[in-house]
Amino acid sequence: MIAVFLEHHEGELQKGALGVLGKAAQLGDDVAGVVLGSGVKDLAAQAGRFGAARVFVADDPALEAPLPQPRVDALAHLVREEGVDTVLFAASVLSADVAAGLAARLDAGLNWDLVDLVKDNGNLVGKRPALEDTVYVDVGWTGEPRLAMFRPGTFDPTETGGEAELSDLSPQFEDFSTQATMLEQAHAESEGPSIEDADVIVAGGRGLGSPENFSLVEALAKALGGAVAATRAVVDAGWYPYATQVGQTGKTVSPKLYIACGISGAIQHKVGMQGSGVVIAINKDPNAPIFEFADLGVVGDLNEVVPKLTQLVEQRK
Amino acid sequence: MKIAVCVKHVPDATVTKRIDPQTKRLDRSGEGALNQFDTQAVEEALQIKERDGDGEVILVSMGPERALDSLRKALAMGADRAVLVSDEQVAGSDLVATSRVLAAVLEREGPDLVVFGQQGGDSDGAVLGAAVADRLRRPVISQVAELEVADGKVKGKRQTEFGYDVIEAPLPAVVAVSDAINEPRYPSLKGIMGAKKKPQETVSAGDLGVEADNVGEAGSRTSVVALNDPPARGDALKIEDDGSAAEKIADFLAERKLL
Repeated sequence: MIAVFLEHHEGELQKGALGVLGKAAQLGDDVAGVVLGSGVKDLAAQAGRFGAARVFVADDPALEAPLPQPRVDALAHLVREEGVDTVLFAASVLSADVAAGLAARLDAGLNWDLVDLVKDNGNLVGKRPALEDTVYVDVGWTGEPRLAMFRPGTFDPTETGGEAELSDLSPQFEDFSTQATMLEQAHAESEGPSIEDADVIVAGGRGLGSPENFSLVEALAKALGGAVAATRAVVDAGWYPYATQVGQTGKTVSPKLYIACGISGAIQHKVGMQGSGVVIAINKDPNAPIFEFADLGVVGDLNEVVPKLTQLVEQRK
Repeated sequence: MKIAVCVKHVPDATVTKRIDPQTKRLDRSGEGALNQFDTQAVEEALQIKERDGDGEVILVSMGPERALDSLRKALAMGADRAVLVSDEQVAGSDLVATSRVLAAVLEREGPDLVVFGQQGGDSDGAVLGAAVADRLRRPVISQVAELEVADGKVKGKRQTEFGYDVIEAPLPAVVAVSDAINEPRYPSLKGIMGAKKKPQETVSAGDLGVEADNVGEAGSRTSVVALNDPPARGDALKIEDDGSAAEKIADFLAERKLL
């Protein structure tokens, strides 16, 4: 049986996890969802609509905060007691920790950053882009249980209807698993304009050199009638508000035009903007990965290029 | 306080990496360097020690003999000593095997705090800290962008998909820091000169009591089946700015009716 870890936040099953659930259902095996939390039984029932014939639920106060280690206990219990041979995860900050802890607990192989999972002569094979996506590696497992984590946004959920049969799990928690406590959760640092609906986004990264240089990005965005976005690195450094962050942690955007200024294009950023129409990148490092997926890449000094471009846009529009 | 920092010697980021078609492993024969994501972990450990006024920062690594070069760089930054697990048997270890070996070193050293960097610059995994924490049976906080260590507790602020979490755990604990947590220092000349004299111990997996069939490929649970070319993608234009790049971008936008 394949089990899919269904992450949830504020009463909603996460889209990425439901996408993985749909993928698992296509492989033709028995597929079960796993919902771990406190007061989550109603939520678990919803998973039936997205391809789960069965949903395992652990409903326990120890699982209230989205912390990884009690979830490792619950999934280890599931694998040992319920004949689960494969556990699938949609990558997130939480699920990476859960999957890694589970790998150690069960001595189970974990393949991560997968973009597909196929059956080859009865064996599961994962597809993993590596080395800045220049090579696609077929990865396998030497035994069971198998653990796999998919790159965010890989599969969209498919609503198939149907009801899931709920099965209760009663895991025991290890002493060390409940030592970490959540003092504040999902606290947004400050409010900002929504970038998810913008047709044009101009985004800035570390390559801007200083928070003051965001003014260059803002001016270009204003000229184009677009919104300003930022990378995780500059948000964490306090240069720009969290609400504008694009990437694996942060927003997923798909504007018609995305202009990346001083952004290297790490995979964590790419997954948040790969649905954009036209991508233009300005970066002084000719080897920056962003040039691999930009429609137009400019190797140059953004302090020169961006103000000039702003001026030209204002003249021509 | 005794702080262990797990670091990795990875192929130099400026050199084009390749996978050896024979072994299907990353070719590690070329120039190597200290994993860039680990420099923030070393920096954070040094800052904790400096704030406390005493303590010890121990580097723990697994890799080829040449990994000592990377360990010396971290020693030059200010770490006190290094332990490298290096023997032929550990080559090809996956997460299961690597976490087992590192946990064995950490069990021996018994640090109050174990610090990991965000991810391997070669594997793009951000998984080792949580795996090692499970083997050590210690609490873990990952992706920490602000760290406080006081009164026998560690408090980490970290970013998730939904905002910022603040998580607290008692010591001994494991943390993995985000690359935004600090700006790592450069080694001083004095640090570089002094690094050579700092203790650098090389041990085998066997020395740590880890059996040969629990490490390397024998101890791993994942495998590489095949290597393929990536799917074809449209040709991207890349130009060097000769003063006219802004014009070219504007033309490009106009052609696509985006202006």
